[in-house]
Amino acid sequence: MQEAIQAAEFAEETTRFMPPREDVEAELLDDTSIWSSLKSMLKNNKLAALSLAVIVIVILMAVFAPIVAPYDPNFQDADNLRFAAPSMAHWLGCDELGRDVFSRLIYGARVSLVIGLVPTLIAMTIGTVMGLMSGYMGKKVDFIIMRFADIVLAFPSLLLAMVVMYTLGASLVNIFIALSIVKWAGTARIVRAQTLSLKEKEFVEAAKAVGVKKWIIMMRHILPNCIPNLIVLFSLNIPDSIMSESSLSFLGIGAVPPSTSWGLMVYRGKQYLFNYPWLTLAPGVAILILVLAFNFLGDGVRDALDPYLKD
Amino acid sequence: MARYILKRVLISIPVLIGVVFVIFFMLNVVPGDPVTLMMGEHIKPDLIEAFRERMGLDDPFIVQFFNYLKNAVQGDFGMSYKLNREVSGLIFQAFPHTLKLTLWAALVAWIIGIPAGILSAVKQNTLVDRGFMTFSLMGVSMPVFWAGLLLQYVFAYKLGWLPVTGYKTWQAMIMPSLVLGWSSAGTIARLTRSNLLEIMKNDFIRTARAKGLKEGTVVVGHALKNAMLPVVTMMAIQVSSLLGGAVMTESIFGIPGLGRVAVSAIGDRDMPLLQGTIIFTTMLIIAGNLIADLLYSVLDPRIRVE
Amino acid sequence: MSELQKNEELLKITDLKTHFFTHKGVVPAVDGVSIEIPRRQIVGVVGESGCGKSVTAMSVLQLISRPGKIVGGSIRLDGRELVGADINEIRSIRGNKVSVIFQEPMTSLNPVYTVGRQVSEAITAHQAVSQEEARQRVVDMFKAVGIPEAEKRYKSYPHQLSGGLRQRVMIGMAMACQPQLLIADEPTTALDVTIEAQILHLMKQLEHDFGTSIMLITHNLGVVAEVCDYVYVMYAGKIMEQAGIFDLFDHTAHPYTKGLLNSIPKPTAEKRRLYNIKGMVPNLLRLPKGCRFSPRCEYARPECFEHEPELYDAGNQHLVRCFLYKNGGGPA
Repeated sequence: MQEAIQAAEFAEETTRFMPPREDVEAELLDDTSIWSSLKSMLKNNKLAALSLAVIVIVILMAVFAPIVAPYDPNFQDADNLRFAAPSMAHWLGCDELGRDVFSRLIYGARVSLVIGLVPTLIAMTIGTVMGLMSGYMGKKVDFIIMRFADIVLAFPSLLLAMVVMYTLGASLVNIFIALSIVKWAGTARIVRAQTLSLKEKEFVEAAKAVGVKKWIIMMRHILPNCIPNLIVLFSLNIPDSIMSESSLSFLGIGAVPPSTSWGLMVYRGKQYLFNYPWLTLAPGVAILILVLAFNFLGDGVRDALDPYLKD
Repeated sequence: MARYILKRVLISIPVLIGVVFVIFFMLNVVPGDPVTLMMGEHIKPDLIEAFRERMGLDDPFIVQFFNYLKNAVQGDFGMSYKLNREVSGLIFQAFPHTLKLTLWAALVAWIIGIPAGILSAVKQNTLVDRGFMTFSLMGVSMPVFWAGLLLQYVFAYKLGWLPVTGYKTWQAMIMPSLVLGWSSAGTIARLTRSNLLEIMKNDFIRTARAKGLKEGTVVVGHALKNAMLPVVTMMAIQVSSLLGGAVMTESIFGIPGLGRVAVSAIGDRDMPLLQGTIIFTTMLIIAGNLIADLLYSVLDPRIRVE
Repeated sequence: MSELQKNEELLKITDLKTHFFTHKGVVPAVDGVSIEIPRRQIVGVVGESGCGKSVTAMSVLQLISRPGKIVGGSIRLDGRELVGADINEIRSIRGNKVSVIFQEPMTSLNPVYTVGRQVSEAITAHQAVSQEEARQRVVDMFKAVGIPEAEKRYKSYPHQLSGGLRQRVMIGMAMACQPQLLIADEPTTALDVTIEAQILHLMKQLEHDFGTSIMLITHNLGVVAEVCDYVYVMYAGKIMEQAGIFDLFDHTAHPYTKGLLNSIPKPTAEKRRLYNIKGMVPNLLRLPKGCRFSPRCEYARPECFEHEPELYDAGNQHLVRCFLYKNGGGPA
């Protein structure tokens, strides 16, 4: 006993002057540190702050579309306004049915934002649950879920979404379903990897030792530590979903009229590309700006949360 | 090493079967009778019945699946409803076009992406870095179809330098390759940059400097090889996204490749054709992943020498 | 040796200041340090982690990366000024006249190249020799640093070698051009105790065989006692005490050095509780007023909290940064 104490003290003393490891991980993160990292990122990263501003403006425009839009997006005046060029009255001109392009863009923002958020949330919720189960339960559950993920990830996401759209038919709701099916697997893989490493940590071992239930360990101890990763994934998945919707709509198997999706507007406008280029230019620029803003913001978020992502 | 390769190949097989199953399942639960689609509305019922039996459409789903799988292994993907031709023939007719487009785009992506990534990393936080990275992110954020239309408008319509569509001449391939390659170039540049910056923080880089090597030798000789390992893996993912992007590019520039076949199959509700194209494309991607994985293990001595 | 100026030290660092410009403020990691390294001697620099000892060493070859910068002082090698020298000149010295061994042999070697190639690179970077000759010299050097089966090991990748062997490779790389000065930054910290003894023995032997001076950076006074001729004790960016090896252990002067020595466990000591310097290493962004050790010092007097002491001479090349020695006296 005496020897053991001496040995322990010896170890303590000899390690006291050891240089500290720089990569010491924060074991339990509190929300405030994530928040303050994000806030200071916005303060320092002007591009990300600008992007956030752009996104907020687009969101406000979408929410208050009836107030912001100068015209009813579906009001047609084919006789007078067919292919009207951009003017003071119609900033971005009118389309083949004489509808105001600017008003349609504003309403189209609703589609893009909803598509950006809803399927991403659904897919990530599924992916998180699958990843937690796969990583924590291991064995058969892990094997089955991961082989499923392998299969889903083997497809180019656009092609798989195309097949789903073929089966379900073109509509906005079906895009939600298609994108959710396509996108859960990436999240599942990342959450699984993190669960595997967290599972070995002392605080999880301790919880297990005192008999805490599996589900509670997963939800209370493992999930909170995955949050920084999930935030980053979320911010980078949004632009991806927006882009997928516009691609599907452009191929004519996404949103269908009378929806005002930006991708659909490009699709409809492309036949008049050479004579009335604004019909394709305007919605294309809108997609580019929104996706670029989300990407810049996502980059900033990833850099800000980088210290929490090590695993 | 040989065992590793074998293991990787064996793992791909169930994934491939799973892929076929998923596609088969999704496409065969579609409502609508393929026979009516194929033969038109006004056919005698007993003729339809006979045809259904010949096609095996009355068999249980799982039997149909295994029959399909058995035939697919032998290269038989069935008959196109609409075109009344063998799906495999249509695929092999379309594939070279897609391959050509994808290779050109990959070339564009690598030639632009890697040097841009290296330069950005070496000149981190300078104007050069910011310029390249904004350009890259724009490539990633710009819808392929829209970039295509924009180029068509400017270079084909306004300037008249290049043909609007087509695929036979090298001039016609310029715009499609650029459009498809740009977004990949962006991804590759970003990955190369971040990997290189990460590698440059390593202790062995300090060792290389401490030896008295020139900074160029340190970056190219010591950092780049390490940084390129994950980029090689990225190549596989790029094959996937290039093939996905090829769907859009082909439909804009009128290239009769796999993507265009798939899109028109959807329009015609030509299930066997869509099924065959998607399965074939996914097979290519799985093969690409496999090659990248093996390449990685050849390049990385930590795996190779075990 | 004859053309060398006998009257100057091999390395003479005077009032070196290396600061790190972080977004939280300027960190004076090295704050006016003077160190001399004579020829054919092993000089130790001791201190806790974060005291600036490694930064001092890395400043010699300007291996400080951003946001760090040498902001003042002078580093003279063989009478040649290195601070402000052209990067090409520094490069010609790195690995050639002055070389470095790092703490982590695990990560200090490039995983994707053979160790032989990495060592021969150190030779070809400075000398116009053929690949074959470089290779032969590497093999010879591997033998000299005690790597068994040197021929075979030439073709090994770092992950195939043990920690001890990797550190021998690092030493071989450092000695490849037979430098005048070897900077060893915690060379044995990551190794087992038995391997540590072997590596220290090897370094002593190299000093003897090749006439190389060694600057040994360590937190371990035991290592210092084993190999060093002269020792500098650093604390929070400044030298606190410097003395010959026997003086330091027999006539320990600075309260900080005493604390360090007392916290080495002695098998003969009767009391079980080991000594512990109270308090913590100060944050370099918020250094205390007066002596930087005063908040932790048992002997601190009012003046210690007001004024910063200089290095006072305690005789016999023994300097102490403590007011207790202002008039050559000592603590009661």
